[in-house]
Amino acid sequence: MTNTIKEHCDVAIIGSGPAGLSAAITLQKSGIDNIIVIERDDEAGGTPRHCGHPPFGFKEYKQILTGPKYANKNVQRALKLGIEIQCKTTVTNLGEHGELSLATPEGLKTLVAKRVIIATGTRETPRSARFVSGDRALGIYNTGALQAMVYLKGKIPFKRPVIVGTEIVSFSALLTCRKAGIKPVAMIEANSKASVRWPIYYSHYLFSTKLLLNSKINKLIGKNRIEAVEIIDKTGQISTLDCDGVLFTGMFTPESSLVRMSHLAFDPETYSPTVDQQGRCSDPAYYAAGNLRQLPAEEGRNPLCYAKGQAPQAVNVSGFCWDQGREVAKNLLKDLE
Amino acid sequence: MNTKLRNSNPVIANVDIAVIGGGIVGCATARRMTLEGASVILVEKSTDILAGASKGNSAILHTGFDAPVNSLEHKCIQNGYQEYLEIHKDMNLPLLKTGALLVAWTAEEEKQFSSIIEKAKKNGVDDLRLLNTKELQQLEPNLAETALAAIEVPREFVIDPWSAPLAYLSQAVANGCQTLFNSEISSGEFDGKQWTLHTNNGDIKAKHVVNSAGLYGDILDKNLLGDSEFIIKPRKGEFVVFDKAAHALVKNIILPIPTEITKGVVIFPTIFGNLAVGPTADEQEGRDDASVDKANLEMLYQLALEKIPALKNIPVTATYAGIRPATEKKEYRIRHVTEKNWITLGGIRSTGLTAALGIAQHVQKLFAEQNHQYKKLTSPLLEAVPNLAEHLTRDWQTPGYDEIICHCEMATKREILAALNSTIPPGSLAGLKRRTRVTMGRCQGFYCSAKLSELTENKFIEPISVGETDD
Repeated sequence: MTNTIKEHCDVAIIGSGPAGLSAAITLQKSGIDNIIVIERDDEAGGTPRHCGHPPFGFKEYKQILTGPKYANKNVQRALKLGIEIQCKTTVTNLGEHGELSLATPEGLKTLVAKRVIIATGTRETPRSARFVSGDRALGIYNTGALQAMVYLKGKIPFKRPVIVGTEIVSFSALLTCRKAGIKPVAMIEANSKASVRWPIYYSHYLFSTKLLLNSKINKLIGKNRIEAVEIIDKTGQISTLDCDGVLFTGMFTPESSLVRMSHLAFDPETYSPTVDQQGRCSDPAYYAAGNLRQLPAEEGRNPLCYAKGQAPQAVNVSGFCWDQGREVAKNLLKDLE
Repeated sequence: MNTKLRNSNPVIANVDIAVIGGGIVGCATARRMTLEGASVILVEKSTDILAGASKGNSAILHTGFDAPVNSLEHKCIQNGYQEYLEIHKDMNLPLLKTGALLVAWTAEEEKQFSSIIEKAKKNGVDDLRLLNTKELQQLEPNLAETALAAIEVPREFVIDPWSAPLAYLSQAVANGCQTLFNSEISSGEFDGKQWTLHTNNGDIKAKHVVNSAGLYGDILDKNLLGDSEFIIKPRKGEFVVFDKAAHALVKNIILPIPTEITKGVVIFPTIFGNLAVGPTADEQEGRDDASVDKANLEMLYQLALEKIPALKNIPVTATYAGIRPATEKKEYRIRHVTEKNWITLGGIRSTGLTAALGIAQHVQKLFAEQNHQYKKLTSPLLEAVPNLAEHLTRDWQTPGYDEIICHCEMATKREILAALNSTIPPGSLAGLKRRTRVTMGRCQGFYCSAKLSELTENKFIEPISVGETDD
């Protein structure tokens, strides 16, 4: 290990998605000019970067944009204001009083910030954590992976997948498939109706993808690559669907492992940092914003039990994250004064 | 395969020893015999090493305290354990000195302590220590209160189950061993001096054959020798892996009191900074069926929570299954057919990870007994493998790694490219996962699959992406 360099700033923001950039822009406009936005990916913008379809940005820009255009607009706006975004930079530890450990391609660093906003977002629950039976073959993905592959790399991981779930993101996946020339075989929903309301609900008709309600994956089949799935309906009837991939959509879970491993108080029910009304964490140097923060479920849901049929937690749309980033930034400003 | 061409197949290798099967035992044997000075080829039907039984296990370096007394298995475990400790630093192989605790949860189980300690003594492991309830709670405060007492086995350790065999074969290759992947032995003849082995990629001439075909060991014996002394009865073991936050909950490997049939379900820290629980033990027909079962995973999950209640709030990262090449008997099925220059290394189950180096020493002895002495390499080249152990320095902690591709497991572009361009490159995404940890973390490829599909383009027979988008 090399000697670590120690740097200082007023506010460090972890994550350059809508919440992080909105917070950064708000702070910069209020005269805080020593802000560092830390992004672990090689490009800033966050998850909207790979949602290559509308609607994004209506609240923020009074326009309907695709995800990548929206993300780019956010980034350009931040850069124009002179905000420093450090890409390819990973926070490896949240230390007490805002002392962050960073991994960068140039070496390990320590960044001491007067205040930190954690805005690390959310991701879908993968197959493993859902405890789905069957083979572990190629062709099993979440929407996020599919969209990154399609929109950032122009590649497709399958041609005839089964889509599991009927959340908003599931229909977003359907749009992505259509754009990429992928023809989903079916959408599967464990409940008696889809999680989303019309008109999105009817979009599967548009793409002539059949929707199987009251159905669950019983088993994934495939030696090297997925070849079929077994579906079980509520009567216990099992049928086999030929396909070459399975897309597990939704069941968003906060990307909160940094918080979990840290000294910050953590809510085991929501997998989010414990925050007060201001969005402040248990260590007053830290705030949290965006999809990382999930509201407690009404009925004491344990996120591990997603697969057991409990209602999945909805991911907040980017506009909400944008607003929350701004709000947290304002709270933080008051506290800095 | 075109049968008409069989007799005119090109001879692609002419060696002293052909090792068939690139699992842990094959890799260790190829290394040992190469270092002894023999010319060796390792033949593997899959695209990569560790594609069969060796791909999923509990990654424990066993002392052999509970092995059958005076057995060959015990001897191989002890010798293997010793050799691993001797070579691990030079080969950059990690060692996590966890220790193990055999925990009694009932008074009935506690009664077995004396016989366990006695057996360990007979096996030359005399540093076992009894812990009462209080001492146990002090050592492992996160264990459920129902833990009554324990036997501490201080020298049971955790290793990387994939870097070890990779290191063994890498060293073999560095010293002249050949490898042949995607090649299945369909048949072969022995002319009294030499074997001719037919593969889909050509013929191999070898004076000796070592059958380390694992789950297919009996079939290979039958096909080439005409008979097999054992029948493989594949036994699947499933595992559940908890996220990194779970790692700190226990220091030791938590072993159950074994029964006649199985060692039972173990809760163990992994070298990668996780905590895992498993295996189950289910006999099955399929030799390749490493599928997981929801009910079994839930059972393991509940069992882990019962023993370590704090796991309740920690997410599951991964699930996997391994298949043990069990036979109708418990012991190793090692057979030396001297008149046919053939050695079968069969029935090697979970202890194989530790025992492999010891088994390889045993193979060398068998050759020596038959007066097949080779000229031992005087200064063999060493091969160090990249470290993936969480408690040691990882690639991302050294500058110049370009970027982190897999954020959950902190796998860098530099180490991914190094693996893809190594002497024993991964033949599949699974192989790349074992070599770099990519996609093995909590998001299971949510973030890195797109980049991986690009980095691995044209590298795998079964690629990540199956085509380009329409527009």
